[in-house]
Amino acid sequence: MPKDHGIGASSKRREDVRFLTGEGVYTDDMALHGQTYAVFVRSTVAHGRIKSINTKAAASMPGVLAVFTGEDFKDVGGNPAGWLIKSRNGEPMREPKRPVLAHGKVRHVGDVYAAVVAETYQQAKDAAQQLADDTVIEELPAIIDMAKALADSSNRVHDEIPDNQCYDWGWIEDNRAAVDAAFKSAPHVTTLELVNNRLVPNAMEPRASIGEYFPGTGDYKLTTTSQNPHLTRLLVAAFVLGIPENKLTVVAPDVGGGFGSKIYHYGEEALVLAASKLLGRPVRWTAERSESFLSDAHGRDHVTKIELACDKEGNFLAFRTETMANVGAYLSNFATVTPTFLHGTLMAGPYKVPHVYVNVKTVFTNTAPVDAYRGAGRPEATYSLERVIDKMCRELGLDPFEVRRKNFITTDMFPYTTPVALVYDTGNYHATLDKAMVMADVAGFAKRRAESAKRGKLRGMGLSTWIEACGIAPSHLVGILGSRVGLYDAATVRVNATGNISVMVGAHSHGQGHETVFAQIVADKLGIPESSVAIVHGDTSKIPFGMGSYGSRSLAVCGVAMTKAVDKIIAKGKKIAAHMLEAPEGDITFADGKFSVAGTDKAKTFGEIAFSAYVPHNYPLETLEPGLEETAFYDPANFTYPAGAYICEVEVDEGTGKVDVVAFHCADDFGNVMNPMIVEGQVHGGVGQGIGQALLESTTYDENGQLLTGSYMDYAMPRADDVPFYNVDYSCQTACTHNPLGVKGCGEAGAIGSPPAVVNAVLDALNAGGYKVDHIDMPVSPGRVWQAMNG
Amino acid sequence: MTKVSMTVNGKAVSGEVEGRTLLSAFLREGLGLTGTHVGCDTSQCGACVVHVDGKPVKSCTIFALDVAGAQVKTIEGMANPDGSLGVLQQAFQDHHGLQCGFCTPGMVMSSAALLVENPKPTEAEVRHYLEGNICRCTGYHNIVKAVLSASGQTVAAE
Repeated sequence: MPKDHGIGASSKRREDVRFLTGEGVYTDDMALHGQTYAVFVRSTVAHGRIKSINTKAAASMPGVLAVFTGEDFKDVGGNPAGWLIKSRNGEPMREPKRPVLAHGKVRHVGDVYAAVVAETYQQAKDAAQQLADDTVIEELPAIIDMAKALADSSNRVHDEIPDNQCYDWGWIEDNRAAVDAAFKSAPHVTTLELVNNRLVPNAMEPRASIGEYFPGTGDYKLTTTSQNPHLTRLLVAAFVLGIPENKLTVVAPDVGGGFGSKIYHYGEEALVLAASKLLGRPVRWTAERSESFLSDAHGRDHVTKIELACDKEGNFLAFRTETMANVGAYLSNFATVTPTFLHGTLMAGPYKVPHVYVNVKTVFTNTAPVDAYRGAGRPEATYSLERVIDKMCRELGLDPFEVRRKNFITTDMFPYTTPVALVYDTGNYHATLDKAMVMADVAGFAKRRAESAKRGKLRGMGLSTWIEACGIAPSHLVGILGSRVGLYDAATVRVNATGNISVMVGAHSHGQGHETVFAQIVADKLGIPESSVAIVHGDTSKIPFGMGSYGSRSLAVCGVAMTKAVDKIIAKGKKIAAHMLEAPEGDITFADGKFSVAGTDKAKTFGEIAFSAYVPHNYPLETLEPGLEETAFYDPANFTYPAGAYICEVEVDEGTGKVDVVAFHCADDFGNVMNPMIVEGQVHGGVGQGIGQALLESTTYDENGQLLTGSYMDYAMPRADDVPFYNVDYSCQTACTHNPLGVKGCGEAGAIGSPPAVVNAVLDALNAGGYKVDHIDMPVSPGRVWQAMNG
Repeated sequence: MTKVSMTVNGKAVSGEVEGRTLLSAFLREGLGLTGTHVGCDTSQCGACVVHVDGKPVKSCTIFALDVAGAQVKTIEGMANPDGSLGVLQQAFQDHHGLQCGFCTPGMVMSSAALLVENPKPTEAEVRHYLEGNICRCTGYHNIVKAVLSASGQTVAAE
C-alpha cells in the first residue's frame, strides 16, 4: 500500500493550485508604482569594434528617462567566473572581464552594448532602435569554428588572449603515461569523433528583472528570474556594483523553469539596479524570446575524439579523450567547471576501467556564452562513453548488454575510487540494467523488429548505462579543484507559537516542487500534518543563505540541511519536555509528534512544547533560551552518485530518414525516494530534453556568427507528438551512504542518460537494415539519417 | 487610444488601447489578468492561449481591438464557481501535469478547447492537438495523461 503522506508518498503538489488558476506570480507579472521600462541594444554583428555611439537623439525622444552605454560601467567590476581552472602547464586560465555593457568591442550577436529606460515599453523600444541606428560598429571577422580559433592568433575574441584559448586542461595529468601505454599494448582500439551539439536551454519563462532603489534607506531590491538568489546577490554586491550585501535584497519569485540558464548572473540585472538608483523609480525588463536565444547561456557544444582500448572480449583497458569545448564570447559563472570537473571526472562511467585520461581545451568564440545546461558536463561524458562502447561492440561483434555487464563496478567494490578521482560510495549497476531489460522486454525485440519491418520501418534498440556525480558539492574538495565559493546549503526551521512551521530554505524551486516535498519531509520527521509546514524560498531577506538549485542538489544538500535543523528542533524540544514532564532529558523520547517519558504515559504534544517555548511560564529559562527556531548549514562529505540504465526503441523510415521514438525505458537508482510522483516527473522531463537533443535541437551559427536558429520557427523544440509515454522505474535503490536522507538526486538523470540511448538505437536500426553506419551526429535529423543511408 | 469593450470571464470590461495593443498585453497590463503568459515572439509556444468566443486563440497574435465585443475566457475563469479546480485543472494536478507552471495556463486552455471539439480524444489526437503548446519541464507525459483522464478515459501509461 503506497504511503499517503510524509516521506515516500506521492503527495500532490500544493504549488499547482496557484499555477492552475493563473495566480502564480512570475517576475513579469508584477506591476509596481512608478515603474519604468528598460530595453537593451544588442549587437547585430558577431564581432566588431565600437567606433561611436551618439546617444543624443535617443535621449531626447518622448518618454526617454536615461540612456546607458558601456562607458557608464567601465569602472565597475566584471561578472566573474566561479571556478579558476589551471592548464596542464600550471598556468591559470585566461579570464577576460565580462562587463555589464560591452565596451570597446562587441563579441557576439546579442551582446548588449547600450540600454534605454523610458516611461513605456514602446518608447524604450523606439529609442533603442534610434540608438542602434546612431551607433557605428566596425565589423571584424567572426571567430566561430573552434579549431580555427585555436590556430589563428591574428583574430582574437579578446585582444589580450592570443590563441583564443581559456585553458588546456588534463585530467589526470599523472595518468597520461599509463593510459598511453595501455593503448599501445591493447588488442583492440575503437576511435570515435563526435559533436555534442550546442543547445539553447529555453526555459519557457524568458529572463526578466526588476530593479528598485529606496532613497530613504539606501536599500536595493532585485526581483529576477534566478535559480539561486543568494549567489546573484553575492555577485552583484561583491563583484559587479559594489553594493553592500546587506543593502541588497534579491527575490526570485515564481520562476518558469531554468535548466541551468538561470543559475548565472547576467548584466541586465546589474543595469536595472543601477538605473533604478539613478532614476529613483523601479526599472523593469523582460526578455523577448529572440533575446533569450541570443543571450541566455547555451549548453554543451563539445567536439570530442574518444578512444577506447579493450581486449577482444570487450573488457575495457583504457579511455582517452580530446575535447574542444566552446565557452562562447565571455566566461559565464560556471562555464569553466562544466567542461572540466563536471565532465572529466565522470569519464570512467560506471565501469571498472583502470586507465582514463581526459584533455579539454576551452575556446573563446564570437557566440553566446556557453555554460551548464541540465546535466552539465555529465551528458557530454556519458554520450562520449556510451557511443564509443556501442561502436566497439559493433566492431567486435559483441553484445552491448553483456559488454556493459562484464565491465560494471560490482557491489562488493564500493567505496570505489575511479582513475579520474571520484569515490563512488554505493550503487548497483547490474540491478538497474537487469531491471531495464525486463521493462524493455529485450527478449521480445526480434519479434517487434519483424513487426516493424512489415510496416516498412527499420526498428532499432539502443542502450545507455549512465552515472553522474551530483549533490554538488563538498566544499573542501571543490576548493582544491578551483571553486571560488563553498557549495553547502542552509535552512531555518521556525516553529511558530501556535505550533505550525515555516521553513526557510536556500534551494529554489522553479518547477521541482520543493514546497511540497520539503514539507513532506519535515512533517514526517515531526509527526505533524504536511499542511502545518510552509516552505519559504527565493528571497534573500527571508532565508538564511543558500547556493541555489542546480546539479540535482536541492534535496541532497539543502534537504539535508533542513533535516539537520529539524533534528536540532527535536533536541531542544526534548529539553523543554524534560522540564515540563519533570523527567531527566535522557528519558525523553520523540515519536509521532509527541515527547514522552520512556516507559510511562506522560507526554506532551509537539504543539504544547512549541507553545511553551514562546509562552515560557513553565520553562527552564536559566539554562535554555525561549523560542523554537533552528538553522543548519550542511556541507556534504562527498558527491552523490545516481546511476541507471536506459533502453530506447526507435523506428526509422527508410524513405525519409525520420526517426520515431516508439519506446523509452528508464531504470534508475536515485537512492531513497521522497515523492515518487515528482521523481517520475523529473525523469520524464529530462528524457524529453534528451530526445530533443538527440533528434531535434540544433543551435546553428553561420560563418559570420549569425544565429540561424534564433526562434521557435527555426529551433526545433520537442513537442507533444515528438515523444512517447516513458516507462520509468526507480525501485533499484541503494541509499546514499553519507547523507541522512539516503537521497542522491534525480533532476538531471533523464537528460544525461537518454541521448546516447536514442542515437545507439538509430544506429542499431540502420545497421540491422544493412546500412553500414558508424556514427551520426546529433541532432539525428531526417536529413542526416537519409544521407547516412544514401551517402 | 481607442476604447475597447469585451466580456472577460463573464464580466464586462473596457479599457483604452492603442491600435497595436495585443490582446495578451490588454489582459495582463490592462486588466491585471497575469495568468495568461507570453513565452515567445512568434506564436509558437502557446503559453498565451485564451478562448475567444469559445475558440482557442494565441492572445499574443491578435489585437485587443480585434476582439471587441467578444466573450473571452482566460485561465482565471476556469475554476468552478465555488473556487475549486475544474475537472481539467484537477486532472493536471492529480497527474502532475505541470512543473514550473509557466506553460500551464496555455496548456489548460488548449486542452479544454480540444475536449470541447473532441470529448474522447486518443493519445495521438491529444499529442497532435497540443503541438502548438511547448512545455520544457514535463516531457509531455503527464500532460497527455491529464487530458486523457479529464476526458473520462482510463490512462494506460504508468
